[in-house]
Parts: sequence; C-alpha cells; structure tokens
Amino acid sequence: MKDMNMETRVLIQPNKIEARNVQVYYGDNHAIKDVDVDILDKTVTAFIGPSGCGKSTFLRCLNRMNDTIASCRVEGLIKIEGEDINDPRVDPVQLRAKVGMVFQKPNPFPKSIYDNVAYGPKIHGLTKNKAELDEVVESCLRRAALWGEVKDRLSAPGTSLSGGQQQRLCIARAIATSPEVLLMDEPCSALDPIATAQVEELIDDLRSQFSVVIVTHSMQQAARVSQRTAFFHLGYVVEYGETSQIFTNPKDPRTESYITGRIG
Amino acid sequence: MKASSLLTQDPRTKKRNSAEKRFRGLGLTAIVIALAMLVWLLISIVTAGSPAFRQAFLTFPVLVDQTIVDKAGTRDPALLSAVTTLGYGKLLANSLRAEIAAKGIDLGDLKPKEIAQMISEESAATLRDLVLADPSLIGTTIPFTALASGRIDGFYKGRVTMETAALDKNTSPAQLILADRLLDADILSVKFNTGFVTMPDASDKRPEAAGLGIAVVGSFMMMLVVLLLSLPIGVAASIYLEEFAPKNRWTDLIEVNIANLAAVPSIVYGILGLAIFINFAGLPQSAPIVGGMVLTLMTLPRIIIPTRAALKAVPPSIRDAALGVGASKLQTVFHHVLPLAMPGILTGMIIGLAQALGESAPLLLIGMVAFVRDFPGGLFDPATALPVQVYSWTTRGDPGFVERASGAIIVLLIFLVVMNATAIYLRRKFERRW
Ligand SMILES: Nc1ncnc2c1ncn2[C@@H]1O[C@H](COP(=O)(O)OP(=O)(O)OP(=O)(O)O)[C@@H](O)[C@H]1O
Ligand SMILES: [Mg+2]
Repeated sequence: MKDMNMETRVLIQPNKIEARNVQVYYGDNHAIKDVDVDILDKTVTAFIGPSGCGKSTFLRCLNRMNDTIASCRVEGLIKIEGEDINDPRVDPVQLRAKVGMVFQKPNPFPKSIYDNVAYGPKIHGLTKNKAELDEVVESCLRRAALWGEVKDRLSAPGTSLSGGQQQRLCIARAIATSPEVLLMDEPCSALDPIATAQVEELIDDLRSQFSVVIVTHSMQQAARVSQRTAFFHLGYVVEYGETSQIFTNPKDPRTESYITGRIG
Repeated sequence: MKASSLLTQDPRTKKRNSAEKRFRGLGLTAIVIALAMLVWLLISIVTAGSPAFRQAFLTFPVLVDQTIVDKAGTRDPALLSAVTTLGYGKLLANSLRAEIAAKGIDLGDLKPKEIAQMISEESAATLRDLVLADPSLIGTTIPFTALASGRIDGFYKGRVTMETAALDKNTSPAQLILADRLLDADILSVKFNTGFVTMPDASDKRPEAAGLGIAVVGSFMMMLVVLLLSLPIGVAASIYLEEFAPKNRWTDLIEVNIANLAAVPSIVYGILGLAIFINFAGLPQSAPIVGGMVLTLMTLPRIIIPTRAALKAVPPSIRDAALGVGASKLQTVFHHVLPLAMPGILTGMIIGLAQALGESAPLLLIGMVAFVRDFPGGLFDPATALPVQVYSWTTRGDPGFVERASGAIIVLLIFLVVMNATAIYLRRKFERRW
C-alpha cells in the first residue's frame, strides 16, 4: 500500500465543513459534547474511537440524517462551504444529494442491483438517457470493485448479494449521485482484505474530487487512507489533527492509550 | 466413572421434553377440533344449500290462445295488458293438460285446477311478459319451460313427501304421482338452476322463483364503492399517520380512536349512516351508494390498522438508504416503503372487504332489506345485499326459502373464497418481485 499522507497538499485545502460547538442529545442522553471539527476539501478524514463514543451520531449530523430520529436533538453550528445546514431554509433533501452516505449496516434496496445504483441519478435527473445511465451504473460498480462479480446479473436483487458485496453496492449507490462529501460509516467492516484494499483505493481516488469522512475501527486503515484523524471518546473529540501526528505523536494520553490498544 | 452420559437423558432434559410433547399435543388437538368444526359447517351448509341450485322445470308447448289473451282480436296494447297473470295461468294449465292428453298419461282423479296448481305462478308472469313484448306470438304454439310449483320442486329435493302432501292444502299425493309420470315422459325435468343467481327475489308464495340476482348486483356495487373509497382514503391516512404526522399527543389520540372505531359494533355505523346519509344528506334509502358508504365507514379503521402495521414493518434502514441518496420523503415512501408494504396492505384490504361483504346489520338500518323486484340501474336505485337476502329468506314461512337461504350462503362463501384467493395471489405476486 502506497503512502497516502501528503501533508503539504492537505495544508492548502480550504474548509469544506466547519462544525462548532455541536451537541447531540438522544432524549436525555447527551451523546455528542462540544464538538469542533473542520473537514477539509479533497481530503480523507478518519473518525476513530471506541464503540458507542458517538462517531456515527456525529457523522449523521453532517447530512442531517438525525432528523429522522424523533428523539434526537442537534445543537450548535455546522456549515458546509460557509452555509449553515440547519438553517430553516435548507432542504435536507438537497443537502443529502450533496453529502452522500454509506451506512454502517449494508442496506441495499430490495430492488435489482442495477436499480440500486441507478436510483440516485434517476431521481436527481443526472442522466439524459438509458445509455448514459448504463454508463454511470457500470463506472460506479467498477469503482466500488463490484463490477466483475455482478456484471452478468445486474437484474438480480441487491439483497441476494453477500454482506461484503452489499456494502460495496451501497458504496456504488452513494457515489452514483456524485456527492461533494462522502460519509462512510465503517464501510469495510464486512469486507475481506482484498475488497478492503479495493475500497481503500477507491477512497483515495475519490479524494481528487470529494472530501471523504470515514469511520473506522481499524487503526491501520485510518493510517493508510486518511490525512486527518479525529479521536472520539465518550462524546468528546479528544484530539483532532494530521493523521501522522495522531499516530506517531499523540498529544492526549487517552489517544495514546486507544491507539496502542489499552482502552476501547 | 463419568458424571453424565450423553446416551441417557438427565431429569431436566426429560422434563423439558415432556413439556414440549404436551404442548404439541395440545396444539394438534386444537387444530383437529377447529378442522372438524369447519368440515361440519361446510357439510351442513352444502347439504342444506345445494338443492337451491337444482330446480324442477315443466317443458311443454304452449298455445297462446287468442280467445283468452286477446278476445277482441285487435292486438291493442291497452287491451292486451288488461289481461292479468290469471289469464296466462289458464293458458299454461290448458296447454299442460293438452300435452298430458297428447302423451296419453294417466291423470288419475286430478281436477284441472289441481293440475294448474303444479305450475309456478311466476311462470304465468314470465309468459305474460313474453307475449306483451311480442304480440305476434298470439295464436301460435311456442315451446316454453315453466317452473314447477314449490311443492313439486320440494318433492324432488326430499322436502315434500307423500305423507306431508296429504296434509298440505297446496299439493296432494295425486299431484306427486302425476309429477313422477311427467318425469318419465320428459315433460318434467330437474336441472341446474341458473335462475337462482340471476333472478330477482320473489314473493312469499313462490320460493321456487326466488333468486339472488339483485342481491349479487347490489353486493357487487357496494363492494365497488367500498373499494374505491376506502383504498385511497385508508392508505393515504395510514401513510400520513405513519410517515409524516408528528408523533405527539394528538396523533396518539387519533391512533387510540382508530383502534376503538375498529371495535365499534357494525350496527352503530348503520345508525350513523341513517342519520347522515339518509336523514341529513337526503340520499335514497336502500341504495347501494349509501350501503357502500356506510360499509366504507366501518371498513376504514379495519384497513388503516393493518396498513399501518405493514408500513411499520418495513425496516428503517430502507428509509435511511433512500433518504441518504437524496430522495424526498414522498419519494422514499412511494418508491421504497409502499412497494414493500404492499402485500400486507392488500391482505388487510381484502380482509376488510370480505368483512364488509358479509355485513348485514348496518344495511338493515338503511333499508336494504326492502323487497326489490327491479334490477338497479345505478348506485342510487334500490337493491339488496347477499347477507341481507339470507336474513330475509330465513324469516319467511315457506320451507322452500330455508333451502334458498342456505344456497345464498354458499354463493356468499364462494365470493369470499374468490376474494381471499385474490389476496393470496396478489400477495405472492408482489412478494416475488423482490
Ligand atoms: N437511535 C438512537 N437512539 C438513542 N440513542 C442512540 C441512538 N443511536 C445512538 N445512540 C446512543 O448514542 C451514543 C453514540 O452512538 P453511536 O452510534 O454514535 O456510536 P458509535 O461511535 O458509532 O459506535 P460504534 O463504533 O459501535 O458504531 C451511544 O451511547 C448510543 O447508545
Ligand atoms: Mg457507529
């Protein structure tokens, strides 16, 4: 695996997303506390931290998926390109077309593989005709490292694929709408090392166009694919900075004990 | 020495296994009892009702005698229609006697009047309609199939015997003996009775002519109204409540009330319908449109509950997936949630419709029990319904109607089986798509 940490390039990227003083409550449960995070454009940002520390919750704030949970309340300021995403004038539907998401659990539509990928471009009117749509579907499946396995059965239901294949299908579906930010919640947790490598390659490739936020439990993966890393612990962002710095020279003792495997 | 062997069961395992065996036994017993009841029910309905589908007919040439139906010989419609069914009854009786004489059948000591009694009064009316519609028949001899009277019909279904006939002023053993001779001479025949499902109801004296035609048409019209009103309203209400409405005290209240409405006795909806649709809105009594709307009121909560359950059963991850690629709420519901909930919604829908089809109490209150002879031309004309027809036939004196009522139940059951089969078919179809 080639070294993807290119600090010099990272430094010149502008902020894509700015989060300030974000609080998230599930009823009385204060799940995210005082989080300030800047996501840079054309950069891969990794969220790491022990289970239940709020990584998914924070990720879901970035495309307002938490709106769908009745008990969930989000406070604080989140801006994408300087625009407050919680402004009453913002339509979450438009936001989600811009900020795509791959969920922690693979959730393909119970439709054909083709329709899974084609759905986003169709509802957003991104393609003009069937041939163009076919092309988009093929290229997305190729980039998600799934094309070879499914090209002969595009009309088979997406739910008939294996868990890892389903997750790659969800990745293909997410990139088919060409989002500007891609949120990936443990995209590789169900994948074998080969598919993982392919997805990591895809993430690196996506970086040229989008900014990618990836939640992962694998330190190695965070170190391999990301330029910036945030360490979450009990709802706080304990440390956030250059990936190389976090892994080689953590400032906070909690970060150090987590990456060396002592808490988690 | 081993502490325990896998080859022998320890006491706990033995206890567990015998508990399981007892439970299985109970379950099996319950199923056997339920099946036995079902079989018993079916057998009793089929034996009681199947005779309604067979009918004794008298087939003979009828001379449309000008001296009876058109004494003046002018073919003047006014004069023609002045001749009542009594005159046509005489025509039939004369022709039957002539046919009997021609075939050389022994009449015994039957008087002409008693022979006339063997023909249903309904057939005189049928013949009259035939002649009034085509006066050129007058003076000619036409082939005609008349209904045998209810007693003669009953004789071939075991309802009337020589003993009961001896005590019955409407028939006599001699008539029955003649009927058997007519049967041998092919004048009388027992055939499948299509009239039972196509003819209108008949008066108390003529069970042999009573049919379900208007009830079938009325029930069909009402089901159409119920389907067209309750499917869109019920599904829309369910989708709104399940997917769009905020979850607060008001929606909780609505939810509780819908559950209560589903449990309200159906006759209450009849009172409501009478007050609103007939007394307030001034719609006609006995009309399928009113019946359909009353049944819609009754069916709505019974559709909303399973529809909401079906929507709720769609995994939230599918909604997340659709919202995640930027679908709107409406697109999420209509592209993803609704298709997945469709089998459940259809099942609920058909069960609701089946309940509405079998409902009689609310229809009694809005006048659908009225005696209707003319087929309804539209939703606003008087009609009856299948279950109400069953009810009104069982209240009549002549045993011929009891047999008809059981036959009507068979027709109703066939309707229900067809509807349930449709539900199962649709369910399979929608499920196979994924
Ligand atoms: N839908 C929800 N309703 C109520 N509480 C929730 C919900 N989702 C998450 N939480 C709570 O919020 C906290 C953070 O959960 P979150 O899913 O963000 O953790 P995570 O860091 O993604 O963990 P993991 O690595 O196991 O996925 C947990 O305490 C959890 O119990
Ligand atoms: Mg998570």
